[in-house]
Amino acid sequence: MRSFRGGIHLEYAKESTERKRIIKMMPPEKAFILLQQHIGAPCEPLIAVGDEVKVGQKIGEAKAFVSAPVHSSLSGKVASIASVPDCRGGESTAIVIESDGKDEIWEGIIPYGDDLNLLSAEEIKRIVREAGIVGMGGAAFPTHVKLSPPSDKKIDSIILNGCECEPYLTADHRLMIERPEEVIFGLRAVMKALGVEQGYIGIEDNKVDAAERLKAVIGDDSSIKVVLLKVKYPQGSEKHLIDAILHRHVPSGGLPMDVGVVVNNAATAVACARAIKTGMPLIERVLTVAGPGVKEPCNLEVRIGTPFEDVIAECGGLLGSPTKIIMGGPMMGIAQYGLSAPVVKGTSGLLIFSQKEKGRIWTGPCIRCGKCVEVCPMSLIPLELSHLSEKGLFDEAEEYNILDCIECGACSYICPAKRQNLQLIRMGKAEIVAKRRNKLA
Amino acid sequence: MRVTTANNIDSIKNHEGEEEISLDDLVISSSPHITSEESIPKIMYSVVVSLLPASIGAVYFFGLRALALIVVTIGVALATEAIFQIARKKEITIWDGSALVTGLLLALNLPSALPFWMAAVGAIVAITIGKQVFGGLGQNPFNPALVGRVFLFITFPRHMTTWIIDGMTMATPLGAMKFEGQMTPYSDLFWGNVGGSLGETSVFLLLIGATYLIYKGYIDWRIPLGLLGTVALLTMTLGHDPLFHLMSGGLVLAAFFMATDMVTTPVTQLGKWLFSIGAGIIVVVIRLYGGYAEGISFAILLMNAITPLLDRYTRPRVFGT
Repeated sequence: MRSFRGGIHLEYAKESTERKRIIKMMPPEKAFILLQQHIGAPCEPLIAVGDEVKVGQKIGEAKAFVSAPVHSSLSGKVASIASVPDCRGGESTAIVIESDGKDEIWEGIIPYGDDLNLLSAEEIKRIVREAGIVGMGGAAFPTHVKLSPPSDKKIDSIILNGCECEPYLTADHRLMIERPEEVIFGLRAVMKALGVEQGYIGIEDNKVDAAERLKAVIGDDSSIKVVLLKVKYPQGSEKHLIDAILHRHVPSGGLPMDVGVVVNNAATAVACARAIKTGMPLIERVLTVAGPGVKEPCNLEVRIGTPFEDVIAECGGLLGSPTKIIMGGPMMGIAQYGLSAPVVKGTSGLLIFSQKEKGRIWTGPCIRCGKCVEVCPMSLIPLELSHLSEKGLFDEAEEYNILDCIECGACSYICPAKRQNLQLIRMGKAEIVAKRRNKLA
Repeated sequence: MRVTTANNIDSIKNHEGEEEISLDDLVISSSPHITSEESIPKIMYSVVVSLLPASIGAVYFFGLRALALIVVTIGVALATEAIFQIARKKEITIWDGSALVTGLLLALNLPSALPFWMAAVGAIVAITIGKQVFGGLGQNPFNPALVGRVFLFITFPRHMTTWIIDGMTMATPLGAMKFEGQMTPYSDLFWGNVGGSLGETSVFLLLIGATYLIYKGYIDWRIPLGLLGTVALLTMTLGHDPLFHLMSGGLVLAAFFMATDMVTTPVTQLGKWLFSIGAGIIVVVIRLYGGYAEGISFAILLMNAITPLLDRYTRPRVFGT
């Protein structure tokens, strides 16, 4: 079975939702469409308070290339353009839309049809960009940028990421089982946009059912291969997915395109397929709501901008007072201050934990057991990096390649001393990046 | 790391709206949000468990005096650590298992007839000079138990090389070979019917514990393999009996339980190989050409000294470079 060096075995805890069909959630009464849901320039509002908007209407856009427009996920009225809590613990500007309950689709939505032969590569890129599609695994990098590599980068392979290696999350798994045609259609569209002959879908070995569904749709088309991968975290990391499938190493500081590859998430492919087939931009996404603190764990298809509170209410509410709420997975997700932030394009899950911490968590000094060295998928020496960061020796940390850390958290997970390795490394990285920026300025 | 809880966040009503659910106790921290079940005490106590067969064997071979020695070294090691931590106004961490392991390993490296007060001195030296003066757990460059043992060995050479079984003075198998030209049968070496320190006599009992630790992932198989492999190859090449050398002189005890000490050995894979091969070479040189019959303690301590260098120059190639 293909894989990569290092990594950890986690308890997957996917049982509560992996067999549950995706449920479409009713549109919320109010949607909070953040103007920045992606990596890149924030959008400028295209509408004014009081305007009528409809489902799928573009309401925010930036001139910069690295950005993605945002669309109304409801029909109704623009109630305000205001600062609202975001999932990063701060506040961001959002267009607040009050639903009129009609859920009317914007007249500008025109399907582009089911035949990719009728579309040129440029048209596909334009559709993807206009639809505001971004990487839906969490990073939210604008997809059209990935589809437009500089001319000196020859892309020969596309990989769809169907690993979903974080515990609890099953949204991509369900998408691949329930909508395999759209996954494949989206992959073909991306292949066409980049003029690539070979596509791969990387899936962890614990989702054989999804692989079977996809293979059935692919049939005897040899240009798309489903590759089963060892169940190991972080198999879904872009660099390690490419390593496992194509045995190519993305150079330090480089991008997948440097080794001729573009990686997209399975959910992103579905969004591309939708945008082409129906003309509907990215206004909803599937996310997993799970964890011991929620009554009915499930996979929900939710309009972008729906407040987390509404999402939780749809799942029967909370079981007692939660102790931690995470957007995303437990390894890389973001802890929440409450439930008032809205769903964004990169929201792959919402996890609720309610157990009190089991007594005092034992923390101690590093005993140099070397477990973090063993598991680091980047072959770094996490214990040195965290020590150097702790002592403020950032130049040395840089020499030890601290900037190559992908922040998967395996070193913190495995540490028997419960040292906060990744958290310290993150601090070091931030210091170094800030220093570099100051030098440039 | 600072962990903050959110205040001033609205409470929300649950589905039926009856019970007030509070969001006041949310823990905000950066990812990852889950950790493994591993812990330092778990590792340390597993090492103690793995040494139980050899310890029980020690009592069987050497009588209750062996048990008394074990109790003395462990007790003094724990007490020394506590006193040191109180004096330095540090948190008392004697229950993390590390001083317990040091005390036990020291006892297993002592001859059964050693006066108790000497054993106590060894434990004090192991914990203070070997560990606490460097800042405590995780900071010491040398294996504390070996520091204690070597201190005793140099200070009380006669007591440290007098081996008594059933009231009879015996030479260790290595001593018998080196100074009297006498060989000990393999079966005696394997089952433990020989003179020597408390824990080094029975290869069989040591291997039971070692297997358990390797299974748990608490010792890296590379180190014993590199060390024992080097000793076997070198002694064979130099015209000596490799099997005899492997099973005598506490080599098995050292290879599985001392050369694998996490704190004082390299963290990189290549470093571990170099460490164990280096220790193997040194021990063979001491045994065959040096003035001592046994040399594994010195071999490991010398390699401990260059561990930081090994770690520095054996860094694995970073992904993508």
